[in-house]
Amino acid sequence: MSNRSGALNRRHVLALLLLVLAAPPFARGAPAEDAVSLSLTIRDGKFEPAELHAPPGRALEIHVTNLNAVPSEFESGDLHFEKIVPVGKEAVVRVRPQQPGRYNFFDDFHRETQGVLVVP
Amino acid sequence: MLAALIIVFREVFEAGLIVGIVMAVTAGVSGRALWISAGVGAGVLGACVVALFTGGLSQMFGGTGQEIFNAGILGFAVVMLTWHNVWMSRHGRELAEELRAAGEAVVAGSKSLLALAIVVAVAVLREGSEVVLFLYGVAAAQGGGSWAMVAGGLAGLVLGSLVCLLTYFGLLSIPSRYLFGVTSALIAFLAAGMAAQAIAFLEQANIVTALDQTVWNTSWILKDSSFLGRALHTLIGYVDQPTAMQVVVYALTLAVIATLMKLFATPQARRPRAA
Repeated sequence: MSNRSGALNRRHVLALLLLVLAAPPFARGAPAEDAVSLSLTIRDGKFEPAELHAPPGRALEIHVTNLNAVPSEFESGDLHFEKIVPVGKEAVVRVRPQQPGRYNFFDDFHRETQGVLVVP
Repeated sequence: MLAALIIVFREVFEAGLIVGIVMAVTAGVSGRALWISAGVGAGVLGACVVALFTGGLSQMFGGTGQEIFNAGILGFAVVMLTWHNVWMSRHGRELAEELRAAGEAVVAGSKSLLALAIVVAVAVLREGSEVVLFLYGVAAAQGGGSWAMVAGGLAGLVLGSLVCLLTYFGLLSIPSRYLFGVTSALIAFLAAGMAAQAIAFLEQANIVTALDQTVWNTSWILKDSSFLGRALHTLIGYVDQPTAMQVVVYALTLAVIATLMKLFATPQARRPRAA
């Protein structure tokens, strides 16, 4: 194979590969029913409320507002989110549908701030 | 003080793993200490800037600024890591020969140093911005007690550097004829893990919603939030409950890297054509 046609083939394959790689994140899932919205605040080392409730099998949108004077990191290993919540701001994280159970979340910058999501 | 140490160490040790791998990958390449240091420095600077603008960033794009930023720089690091592996598959032999002949690779190695310096900067920036924010919060919140916390944070940084050195010397103990294959694989898995992590951020921001079923749950074996889990998360992208999209992107990244490496590999010596 001569050098020139080799280079042309490579560019074609490269372009195809880039398209393939770029495609999946833009695919939208089947339109789901609206996510269940939950809200809480962080104040003085506590979540208010410290216990959230959500139905099983529904995606969740958790809104958290930082009422402390310092930044927080809203995080959960069980629910797979981590997001910095600046002072006085609200952060929103989307959580995929969960099976029944108890799921912990916390402020990674102040580990004593703990909460739990209860899914009956 | 112990709390600060643990918090900072947990953030920093992931960056330490990545920097240690990059150090091992570039062993013998002339000027690499400068490039890697520059990457770390740029990462630290970037971390301070990101921490400074965290308020504004978090509100951008309808509240998804943080996730988009994280996914973006992770994606950029994936491209850099891919480029490095592809470049090595083409020039690795030159590099090895230069190393053998001169004890260091001067010309052949320097081209990929920029890409790896960028990877280092991204890793340090991502973990560093959280450390900066945490330490700022500590300094702002307490009065006299804050110096103990800052000292704890610095101790956490030192321990993170230890992880980096352990990784580096550990990798260097691999016999050199296997080192190229091992580091290529490490870089590929690093990239695939980062790509899946970028997807996770986009899912958190409700930007990527397709294929969001949980494919497996191995949290009973190893939680990805434990220390070992986080180490594996950084090294090979381990997640205890990945979504289908994360698995697909992970596999695709590996496939793309492997394909590109084959495609751009050093041309086999050709027989001279008949005139």
